[in-house]
Amino acid sequence: MSLLQEGSSDGRGGSRESDPPGRTGPPDIPDTIHSPDVSSPPSPADASPLAIDTGLVERWLLEFLRSEIGRRRFQRVVVGLSGGVDSSLTATLCARALGAEAVKGFLLPYRTSSRESREHALLLAEHLGIETREIEITAAVDGYVERFEASMSDHRRGNVAARQRMIVLFDQAAKHDALPVGTGNKSERLLGYFTWHADDTPPINPLGDLFKVQVWELAREVGVPESIVEKPASADLIQGQTDEQDLGVSYPEADLILHYLLSGYTPEQLTEFGFDPEKIEVVRGRLEGTHWKRHLPTVPMLSSTTIGEWYLRPVDY
Amino acid sequence: MKLDLAVAQFRPVKADVEASLAEVARVFDRARELENPPHLLVFPETALTGYFLEGGVREHALPAEALVERLDALYSSGTDPGADTPLEVAIGFFELHRDRVYNSALYARLGRDPEILHVHRKVFLPTYGVFQEERFVDAGHSVRAFDTSWGRASMLICEDVFHSLSSTLAALDGAQLIIVPSASPARGFEPGSGAPANVVRWDRVLRTIAEEHGVFVAAVQVLGFEGGKGFPGGSVVFDPRGKAIARAPLWEEALLPVRLDLREISAARVEQPLLSDLERALPGLLLQRRDRSPS
Repeated sequence: MSLLQEGSSDGRGGSRESDPPGRTGPPDIPDTIHSPDVSSPPSPADASPLAIDTGLVERWLLEFLRSEIGRRRFQRVVVGLSGGVDSSLTATLCARALGAEAVKGFLLPYRTSSRESREHALLLAEHLGIETREIEITAAVDGYVERFEASMSDHRRGNVAARQRMIVLFDQAAKHDALPVGTGNKSERLLGYFTWHADDTPPINPLGDLFKVQVWELAREVGVPESIVEKPASADLIQGQTDEQDLGVSYPEADLILHYLLSGYTPEQLTEFGFDPEKIEVVRGRLEGTHWKRHLPTVPMLSSTTIGEWYLRPVDY
Repeated sequence: MKLDLAVAQFRPVKADVEASLAEVARVFDRARELENPPHLLVFPETALTGYFLEGGVREHALPAEALVERLDALYSSGTDPGADTPLEVAIGFFELHRDRVYNSALYARLGRDPEILHVHRKVFLPTYGVFQEERFVDAGHSVRAFDTSWGRASMLICEDVFHSLSSTLAALDGAQLIIVPSASPARGFEPGSGAPANVVRWDRVLRTIAEEHGVFVAAVQVLGFEGGKGFPGGSVVFDPRGKAIARAPLWEEALLPVRLDLREISAARVEQPLLSDLERALPGLLLQRRDRSPS
């Protein structure tokens, strides 16, 4: 029996009561010995360290969303819908936490965005019963690009588009008195595979501590349409690109390597355990090269009251 | 001797002592309405402010004397004049004591001759990973048991209880009940137990203490999210044989009443006299007298 399902109980003939009333559970308290007691060394073939209890995680993320959105005195959220699994899962969790009527999804295509992205975003919105609005950002982006920087690389233009999307999303949030919700996952945050001060700007980010493989697992569990979960991940900033081509390593491989690097294993140890040294190096290089992307701008310290260094107050203070 | 205890798994109002005290008063009211109103009501660690205050601790720390005064006023205002119903409370808070700030737990009697019976100042301040206590509060230096109206208690705050030495000292000092006000943020969501890994670990640690020393252990967890770090609850009471006799639900506030039959302590210790074995062996162990050891 899971702890999650338990109510309160006593076993000593005292009164039995809990809050809220009626949550009394059976008196048998579970034993806690049910984890496998022999663990094996890391192996590229063993993804079990990344397994999650999807029911427990979903419950926790819903608690998080209700608590954080409520604390900031919002009743509604806006989410940018790309048609990908991250924004689809985020919107699904928001709809479950707040009700579909409290979630507004925004399709923010650029002229090069794929038709499939749009179809998947609409499929998800219909599936959830949330309202959507499509605001094409082409004119806004090209007002800068075509007029002043016509020879701009696809990479730069992708970043301009990502930042333009946040301009629209934040403004729509202001219009609807809603909180923008971020969709970045732990893998892309650790690999630095996102546009700085664009994808990472919303004040709350429910998927930020889930690796991509865990996002897939949770998305399947909460019923995100299969066509969205199964397609290759893509930033869709450049036509035809996929994340895994860009990165040079698949998410299942990268996530496991990241998990072990963050847990204190060295690249040498991982090589001994059978991980591909080239892939370890790709992941380590991206991780070590992008610490700056996971921080606020660097400030020269002049005093002993420097914000965030000396003057320390939590976000919910 | 029986003790009616109630465990208040409680969500403070972040960084707002007054609003949190108003919530404490609501728990007092609910406790009065229980079928067996508790004689002892226990609240979690940092119950007046929430746990993660960083440099804000100094703005919300208060002296134990001031806290007893406030708690007594809140409790007595809900009591009929002339009603003779004192209440003992244990509650965690940031304490201002001799110009220093501590993460403390107060044990006090309210309602009739209000009195501080003990203040425990957290000895082991977690300062790793998400925890930064040593940056912001001073450490206490002692673990004691103390007399109450019903028997002898001790308090250990959160990480204190993860060092087996702490509960050993409390038991050797005569504690019959070890109260553990705590704030344990959820982490570890792998499949298996149906609860976050930290909750499972807490259970293991507390159960071991109860059965090793033959003491009641009541752990009371703070609840709620603080800037993405979430406290899931999981408050629990173990009897002197290491059996869970009351458990609060995860995720929700709860007022959990449980009657402790203190006679079970002697029964458990007769069955398994580990504490008296320790008393006998400890001096020798501390002296490590080599001359008596076979070479």
